[in-house]
Amino acid sequence: MAILGAINPMLSVGLDGDNAWRLADYIKRGGYSALRRILGEQIPQGDVINEVKKSVLRGRGGAGFPTGLKWSFMPRSFPGDKYVVCNSDEGEPGTFKDRDILRYNPHSVIEGMAIAAYAMGAARGYNYIHGEVWEIYQRFEEALDEARSAGLLGTNILGSGFDFELFAHHGYGAYICGEETALLESIEGKKGQPRFKPPFPASFGLYGKPTTINNTETFASIPYIINLGGEHYLEAGKPNNGGTKLFSVSGHVNRPGNYEIPLGTSFATLLEMAGGMRAGRKLKGCIPGGSSAPVVPGATMMDCTMDYDSISKAGSMLGSGAVIVMDETTCMVKALERLSYFYYEESCGQCTPCREGTSWLYKVVHRIECGKGRADDLDLLSSVTTNIMGRTICALGDAASMPVQSFTKHYRDEFAYHIEHRKCLVPVDVQRAGSGFFTATV
Amino acid sequence: MLTSESLKRIDREIAKYPADQKQSAVMAALAIAQEEQGWLSSEAIEFVAGYLGMAPIAAYEVATFYNMYDLKPVGKYKLSVCTNLPCMLTGGVDAGEYLKQKLGIGYNETTPDGLITLKESECMGACGDAPVMIVNNRRMCSWMNPEQIDKLLAELK
Amino acid sequence: MEIEIDGKIAQVPDGSTIMDAAQQLGVYIPHFCYHKKLSIAANCRMCLVQVEKAPKPLPACATPVTNGMKVFTHSDLAIRAQKGVMEFLLINHPLDCPICDQGGECQLQDLAVGYGGSASRFQEDKRVVFHKDVGPLISMQEMTRCIHCTRCVRFGQEIAGVMELGMASRNMHSEITTFVGRSIDSELSGNMIDLCPVGALTSRPFRYSARSWEMARRKSISPHDSIGANLAVQVKNNVVMRVLPRDNEEINECWISDKERFSYEALNSPGRLGRPMVRVDGVLREVDWNVALDYVMHALKDVVRTSGGESLAALASPQATLEELHLLQKLARGLGSGSVDFRGRRRDFSADGRLGGIPWLGLRISEIKDLDAALVVGSFLRKDHPLFAQRLRQIAKKWSKVSLLSVSGDDPLIRLHTQVNVSPSDLPLALAAVVKAVAQLKGEVVPAGLDSIEPCASSKTIAASLLEGEKRAVFLGNAAEQNPQAAQLHALANELARLTGASCGFLGEGANSVGGYVAKAVPSALNAYDMFAQPRKAYILLGVEPELDCHNPRQALVALKTAALVVVMTPFADGAAPDYADVLLPITPFTETSGTYVNCEGRIQSFNGVVRPFADSRPAWKVLRVIGNLLALPGFDQDSSEQVRDEVVPPGATFAGGLDNTLRAAPLSLSAGSGLQRVADVPIYFADPLARRAPALQKTHDAAAPTVRMSEQTLQTLGLTDGAPVRVRQAEGEAGLTARVDETVPADCLRVAAAHGSTAALGDMFGAIKVERA
Ligand SMILES: Cc1cc2nc3c(=O)[nH]c(=O)nc-3n(C[C@H](O)[C@H](O)[C@H](O)COP(=O)(O)O)c2cc1C
Ligand code: SF4
Ligand code: FES
Repeated sequence: MAILGAINPMLSVGLDGDNAWRLADYIKRGGYSALRRILGEQIPQGDVINEVKKSVLRGRGGAGFPTGLKWSFMPRSFPGDKYVVCNSDEGEPGTFKDRDILRYNPHSVIEGMAIAAYAMGAARGYNYIHGEVWEIYQRFEEALDEARSAGLLGTNILGSGFDFELFAHHGYGAYICGEETALLESIEGKKGQPRFKPPFPASFGLYGKPTTINNTETFASIPYIINLGGEHYLEAGKPNNGGTKLFSVSGHVNRPGNYEIPLGTSFATLLEMAGGMRAGRKLKGCIPGGSSAPVVPGATMMDCTMDYDSISKAGSMLGSGAVIVMDETTCMVKALERLSYFYYEESCGQCTPCREGTSWLYKVVHRIECGKGRADDLDLLSSVTTNIMGRTICALGDAASMPVQSFTKHYRDEFAYHIEHRKCLVPVDVQRAGSGFFTATV
Repeated sequence: MLTSESLKRIDREIAKYPADQKQSAVMAALAIAQEEQGWLSSEAIEFVAGYLGMAPIAAYEVATFYNMYDLKPVGKYKLSVCTNLPCMLTGGVDAGEYLKQKLGIGYNETTPDGLITLKESECMGACGDAPVMIVNNRRMCSWMNPEQIDKLLAELK
Repeated sequence: MEIEIDGKIAQVPDGSTIMDAAQQLGVYIPHFCYHKKLSIAANCRMCLVQVEKAPKPLPACATPVTNGMKVFTHSDLAIRAQKGVMEFLLINHPLDCPICDQGGECQLQDLAVGYGGSASRFQEDKRVVFHKDVGPLISMQEMTRCIHCTRCVRFGQEIAGVMELGMASRNMHSEITTFVGRSIDSELSGNMIDLCPVGALTSRPFRYSARSWEMARRKSISPHDSIGANLAVQVKNNVVMRVLPRDNEEINECWISDKERFSYEALNSPGRLGRPMVRVDGVLREVDWNVALDYVMHALKDVVRTSGGESLAALASPQATLEELHLLQKLARGLGSGSVDFRGRRRDFSADGRLGGIPWLGLRISEIKDLDAALVVGSFLRKDHPLFAQRLRQIAKKWSKVSLLSVSGDDPLIRLHTQVNVSPSDLPLALAAVVKAVAQLKGEVVPAGLDSIEPCASSKTIAASLLEGEKRAVFLGNAAEQNPQAAQLHALANELARLTGASCGFLGEGANSVGGYVAKAVPSALNAYDMFAQPRKAYILLGVEPELDCHNPRQALVALKTAALVVVMTPFADGAAPDYADVLLPITPFTETSGTYVNCEGRIQSFNGVVRPFADSRPAWKVLRVIGNLLALPGFDQDSSEQVRDEVVPPGATFAGGLDNTLRAAPLSLSAGSGLQRVADVPIYFADPLARRAPALQKTHDAAAPTVRMSEQTLQTLGLTDGAPVRVRQAEGEAGLTARVDETVPADCLRVAAAHGSTAALGDMFGAIKVERA
């Protein structure tokens, strides 16, 4: 089954069965009716954008930027090409929702992109798909073929005179390509190195043309917004946090997977949907929005609701909706070490603070983990993160720093113990048991 | 350098982009070349660059930037195991250790019979299915507990 | 827009960055990746400044100015950010300043003093980056020093027009490299050494030879091509150690070509001639200056007395200074000879006597940036004129339509509008086709003589481009000047200019291509070709090596060998001169004399010597003056080169007068060539006596020995195979070479480079040629 559980779902309605991803099934579920209506009634572009504004849909890719507002930044009358680009590069550790959207509901993304293209006057689009999910890329290509043969993509769509060509572009293993301007560089056939902004993609995007980039889930939500009406969509969530959202729950829960819930649903409910904590162990900490979001201690997390504002109040970010759950068997030093390695490895290498800083952070955390920590290492880490944050070309610098700051803040004692005793506070066999790898069969 | 089959696939990729933006197809073309030849030799990179009308060093930048490209020969099967945090919590690291021990090699090493190369990988966007691994950049294997891993290895033999 | 930086207020145009504004105000903001001529990368982050109301420090190089913006470059926030970046830059940077070639001129070192901490908090292992071998000019031995500013990469992409360096891999393992094992071959590559803010890319010939503070920095002017690049020559213990560009936005901007940068090695070559030599009993013997000059005086007098003044000819190099050229022609004329010239590689001189004035570029170099369209006729552009090519490359990237009418399909690395390649003999026809197309497009009368010409599609495209926009230019390159129908090309280019309103002019081969005319070093009797075609009794050669620098080297060599007297004024004792010279007079190259070059735009640039003359060598102007004195000729009493110059050009003038490309009419007679023809380029590092003697340049790909290049089709028609040894024949001359396929060579043409020993035995640079299996 596609989505393990849902409350008042939209995106994940009717996705059972092997053929749910097919055009025929999608149309049976009411698919392409939004596009059909817009084109049929020739709804003015501004009205479509307004509907999206009313829904208060916030970008599902991580930054949570209001989508309608972003669309309105595109120049209205621009001589030449404009592009819409979908960000399915999903590389943020903990996030695996876009994969399932493309796997089970690809046409919702195609329809959403077509509507976006219509609203912003773009004639061409690309969907940039994470390199590691090859089967999904192939399936999306098939879905595109279906849409093309049905006259839902290409020239003169549904006889309306509206043209929109959409293609899939795959990545090949670079987290940074999830950053929107790195993604554009990557489509242009270059290294995925983020661009300095301004200029923003709306004025200088793909091939230097005005471009709008949204996350897969953002585009997938568009048909539902058009069908329901912006206000109804907003009401499905809570004020300033419109609609439902997919949460990817991973880590120490009984049923890791994707769950669609209205924004504002309590974390406890989500945890319960995911089968609760493994073996009834206690929640030690949770990263609520993908690995770049600061970690939140278990107790604080239990009081949160799952929406942008509440998580932000708890000192973290809703991000991409990737909920990484850690129980008491987790060594927080090791957890941070792995994350720091990730950012060090994935830094594009372009700007000084990130290239040098992420490697420095990793080396120090690694040293602590290996029992070679020094008394002043925690202060050093904090100072290095300050020198990275806000001084880099893209947000990866911040993303690499926030875990370091939050882990060393909330679990300072554990780090101090590690430095002093040169070993984990959580015994290694306990950590191992926690992963359940060996117990799964034995 | 490449088979006509591969060239046809590359041409299909080129057609996705505006006529003056052939370079956009470089990632796909390199992936296709690697799929055909098992890895990316300098000759293959230079060929792709020439085919797309870009400087060889520009194609080389791309080939070295994205980590699914192999610039050195690998075994018949490349097994990439995700060990990132979400996977680590539910056995990703242990799965890697299990594989190392089973195959008698470490990460970035190839079994003496040239069959399997083991790689440690970053998040594959499949954390809910941990432990996960990918065979030859294409086939993702989910919920890889020891039993599943044994099965996979038996199949690849 | 108004901006305030550290309390100072500036008005800047829309689109300016904070860095632009700061430079306008004279406020220094530390930076590494920013460079005024390169695109903005904003990757080093050294230029972070505080901007009022911005929560984070912003990079000055990339942040656009908004009206009323307030910037603080020295606030606490800015300084903390800059220091933080400096710490990051230093953690992996080796602390090897004491042995680093960049020591003393390292931006990182300079800034680290101001912004670095005292003790490093980084106690992990430092990164080590493997060295690379990228050819004879640039050293990449110490890549661990690289700070990833990507200036070198952007230079290749944007200025040189060819991406040879890239930043491979990612994260802290990123490294600057060429494509697996490749060398760097761009003719502008040395500029990357200047651009590198640390000691990662250094000059390979210069490596470890001197520290920056040990050298004096002296101004000079490049003798190599017609642009007159401004140089800074660095000197230690009276030896030229290094040559660097001197910024001059009007001329070379901040660049020089590799030829200009690395030719200095020749100045210190063991082949330098240190003392005068006179042939006695068939053997050249060292003598004192007074003996040599006495000999020259008597020998010249003898020749003139017995055979008349016209039995003497004088040929100079276009690299000779204005003063030297002036005194040489004065000497020749004083002795009764009008056979004086400086244009050795020319064939057709029929324009002489019909010229409206001094042929020149037709516009100022700095005006090139405003051109909407340009047509270059007959040029190996990149190699003949690296910096012109660079300027055209920049304008072609924007809106300008740059077209090429050429005798080869060499890639100029310019985004061309159109390129037409024809054989040298068809070049006038091709140009005529453009002229006719323009006339037709404008509905004007087609100029006489062009009736039978049918413009092809490309000619029409070029014609149309020359009719659009405000400012257009037609340039005649070296291969057009050297063409046997040069005057026809000149006339056609003028016609094209008249019809389109474009400027028309010559790129010019050497540093004094215009200066030679200014100095009147042009013949009133035999020209540079005829003075050898009709052998003379005596020759005076000034800095020229006719066996390499003439249109027909074979003919020149025969004449020189049979002459009664050959006086060679040269800085070098090697080469062919000792075979034919009766007297060798050691003169100084441009670094050891004062002098003047008048560049292609007519700009008069005087310079001083930067080191003392080598051994007993003397500035040529002094030598010529003394010879004039000894011969008791009038007008040889100047005390300084300045006095000589002031005789030629008005004191204080910036530009030469009398620049005029018009040509008094002569009927056009156009005919297509037939049979196999030679196309001769002058390879960049064989082009002049200095470049030829620079060891590092001679190790580059551009200095590979000439081959016989032709299209596959020509190769097959001739029944040859690629790589096979062949014999090439022209009139009486022949040479053994290797055949090579090269699709850039026009049909029925053989490309055989000139200016090289292996082809010196051949005849004219252009014209009929035969080839057969060896
Ligand atoms: C380092 C980094 C990685 C990112 N990765 C992703 C990603 O994998 N998927 C995604 O949709 N957005 C990602 N983003 C956010 C995008 O830059 C961009 O904000 C987003 O695609 C916009 O779409 P939205 O407004 O629909 O969220 C990333 C940003 C950064 C800085
Ligand atoms: S912050 Fe890191 S990933 Fe982003 S541009 Fe800079 S080096 Fe690249
Ligand atoms: S000079 Fe501005 S970031 Fe480098």
